[in-house]
Amino acid sequence: MAGDKHIALSDLSQEKNFEFTPKLRKQLMTAIVVGAALLIVGIILWTQGIGLGGEHHGGGHAPEGHGAGGGGDEGGHGAFHWTKRLYAVLWHDSVFFTGIALVGVFFVAFNYLALSGWPTIIKRVPETFGKFLPITGVILLAVFALGGHDLFHWTHHELFDPTSPKYDKIIAGKEGYLNTPFFVIRTVLYFVLWYVLYVLLRKMSLKEDEVNDFYAYTKNPVFHKKSGIYAAIFIVIFAITTSTAAWDWVMSIDAHWFSTMFGWYTFASWFVTGLAAMALYVVVLKDHGYFKYVNENHIHDLGKFIFAFSIFWTYIWFAQFLLIYYANIPEETVYFLHRMEDFKFLFFFNIIINFAFPFLFLMPRAAKRKTLLVKIAAVGVIFGHWLDFYMMIMPGTVGKHSGIGLVEIGMVILFIAGFIWVTAAALAKANIIPKNHPMIEESLHHNI
Amino acid sequence: MQVTSPVRAPLVLKKEENGQKRATTYHDITEDICRQVEAPPTNPRWLLAMLLSLAALGWGGYTLYRTWWFGLGEWGLNKTIGWAWDITNFVWWVGIGHAGTLISAILLLFRQKWRTSINRAAEAMTIFAVLCAGSFILMHMGRAWMAYWALPLPNTYGSLWVNFNSPLVWDVFAISTYLTVSVVFWYIGLIPDLATIRERAIARGDKIRAFVYGILSFGWDGSAKTWARYEEVALILAGLSTPLVLSVHTIVSMDFATSLIPGWHTTIFPPYFVAGAIFSGFAMVLTLMLITRHVFKLQAYITLEHIESMNKVIVLTGSIVGIAYLTEFFIAWYSGVEYESYAFINRAFGPYWWAYAAMMSCNVLSPQFFWFRSLRRNIYVTFILSIVVNIGMWFERFVIIVTSLHRDYLPSSWAMFYPTWVDLGDYIFTFGLFFTLFFLFAKFLPVINMAEVKAVLKSTSQTTLEKVQARSAESVASDTHQGDDK
Repeated sequence: MAGDKHIALSDLSQEKNFEFTPKLRKQLMTAIVVGAALLIVGIILWTQGIGLGGEHHGGGHAPEGHGAGGGGDEGGHGAFHWTKRLYAVLWHDSVFFTGIALVGVFFVAFNYLALSGWPTIIKRVPETFGKFLPITGVILLAVFALGGHDLFHWTHHELFDPTSPKYDKIIAGKEGYLNTPFFVIRTVLYFVLWYVLYVLLRKMSLKEDEVNDFYAYTKNPVFHKKSGIYAAIFIVIFAITTSTAAWDWVMSIDAHWFSTMFGWYTFASWFVTGLAAMALYVVVLKDHGYFKYVNENHIHDLGKFIFAFSIFWTYIWFAQFLLIYYANIPEETVYFLHRMEDFKFLFFFNIIINFAFPFLFLMPRAAKRKTLLVKIAAVGVIFGHWLDFYMMIMPGTVGKHSGIGLVEIGMVILFIAGFIWVTAAALAKANIIPKNHPMIEESLHHNI
Repeated sequence: MQVTSPVRAPLVLKKEENGQKRATTYHDITEDICRQVEAPPTNPRWLLAMLLSLAALGWGGYTLYRTWWFGLGEWGLNKTIGWAWDITNFVWWVGIGHAGTLISAILLLFRQKWRTSINRAAEAMTIFAVLCAGSFILMHMGRAWMAYWALPLPNTYGSLWVNFNSPLVWDVFAISTYLTVSVVFWYIGLIPDLATIRERAIARGDKIRAFVYGILSFGWDGSAKTWARYEEVALILAGLSTPLVLSVHTIVSMDFATSLIPGWHTTIFPPYFVAGAIFSGFAMVLTLMLITRHVFKLQAYITLEHIESMNKVIVLTGSIVGIAYLTEFFIAWYSGVEYESYAFINRAFGPYWWAYAAMMSCNVLSPQFFWFRSLRRNIYVTFILSIVVNIGMWFERFVIIVTSLHRDYLPSSWAMFYPTWVDLGDYIFTFGLFFTLFFLFAKFLPVINMAEVKAVLKSTSQTTLEKVQARSAESVASDTHQGDDK
């Protein structure tokens, strides 16, 4: 069994570093072309009024007076325009991929604080995820600038004007938090803070690679210690900003609705997606001949993480749902009512794909140790949580005009290709294994 | 093979003997931990501690008698606040009862080797805390002999049947399951150690101990197969108890959160209660372990590294609780629900502002000291803060329960809650129960899991780490060469 044999640090020179090959570039370019083509065809069809639906979701049970919720026809904007759905699609993917990128940084950070040894060998993979943050940050800001009024009901000035017939007392009460300048400042601040700390963590990690003598270095691992400090700062910021970002970007879409759990719910969904993305990345790299020293025990632990945090997500989902269902207060139940009636299939499918599937599939030990099975589980979970975010964002923005058509598929292909491009380029720039990380020997001999 | 990183701190320190330090051996572990079990129960300090605990139990027994004989009128409850002292203490004790199983189950799944020195006492503490929590339920029932009515038993009383929609019934199931699994987990962990004590008693010719510990150790024979089964069972129980750790306080939180009372109905309650429970549980483990470590001279096994690790859990869970407080406060405003906003403003600035201030300063501010390594490794600071945290967590429950109830929808019904001396006595009863059980445990059972500490001795001892840290590029290169030659 792997892990029983002694691996000397000098053996690490046999590990092949990642190369961003022309072949991979070509594959990604193809994906981008296909994605763009689907997107364009989809948009052309939309302009012809095809695929903008409402037909899939029956009667359109948009709760009345429920802000931006529901059909999207409210608010006196006339007929539904396809750009609104395009903005929503962009918003959905950007929020989703921001989460994956951010969880990569989070994973690196909390493993410093937890002094965990085993993930050291695969650490460079999540370490590249943060590189994608600026891209989603720019997209989010651009979409907000262009389509903020389409996505966020609370951005309309007349709601805050007591003399206007559209005056909304409840939304007006939130003006201190829900106003455009503060929203933009917050969003910019999140990305700046996250990215700065990501860059610092990455910098320390790369500097550590330049050390010549591992044994001398571990007597006073300065870069490791500094990483610990940056990690602690990041975790504190992360703990606060994931909740506030979730309120800003997702919860405020349904501007009247509120739930104290929502920040942690979004975090749970992001986290398990990020873990699945990492596992998938590692397993695919191993299939391509990289990561010689990643053995089934590392895969097992990644699998356990997906398993455990799928259950965690379910726990948070259930706690939020049960308490709202049980108390049965109309202001709160409206959120679920809208989703259960107009998005019935997805509402229940969400639980199946994100709970039942990983729970049953990853339960046996073998399923967490075989690369093929972990791959299947990871793809399922990533897709499932993409749907989860779809269910958080679409009902309140485009409502009955939503759907998963060519544009949605094309857009997600573009995001995936872009994400792989950015992270693969970063991965190729450094050693695939942080060879001087003080915990590297524990990781090399990981055996459970 | 086991490899330990040079940056890790040792978990078993060297032993000091005649002013000289030497490597701790397997035999040292047995000796150091069996010593107090095998000594006669005549240590004056232990006797004094038992006496004090029994006095508390006795005094509490009297107030408990009054509670049951005269009824709940003996308590400070009134028409507006029909639920205060008892439920606060119940939740407080259940929360404390979270650390043990977290340490033995979740930390086992996370392969945290430092758990091995503290899991035994933490699990024992858990069981006793859950018993204390349960005693408040019995107190509140008034007719404790009818307690089995809380179970869905077939009966001939017509429509007498539990209400499955009630989170209080969920509590019955959650807590009894948790208690059962915790006891099983704790006891199975004890078996190999009890067998060690049995073998030592046989060797010394101590017939009584050999008999008692012989029965308690269930015929443990220490064969490879038995050990394999032991490990398998530990893993299965860890898997079972992990969701249980979360479920118990989740359901306790639902006692409040399923209602419509402002300040109680909030969706963040389940995970935030769990975090708070772990927070207070770890604090109680620290309070008890710091004393045990000192009295039984276990400094080599419960090191500053162990204390620091627990303090890290405290700063983490304390901060999670802090974020939850702020989230609740923010959403109360953001929701635009005036009752909700009022409930929170009243908590902070109303007549119970001092309870709120105590909760905020003890739970949110005080653990922040543990961001500093020197304070995390300071025994005195840790001891004081571990008590402060549990004071804070008591006030948290008091604030949530009493401030939300004492302002009725009708201002004419507004009221205040003051505990009576019977309330206080009932609380003292549980302290008496808790410490009586804990001191009995500490005397007659090994407070540290010898078998598991032995299992991590080789990979985590100070001697091993010094060897790992002493390596240099040259020494490793020559080692590898020698290996090649073979």
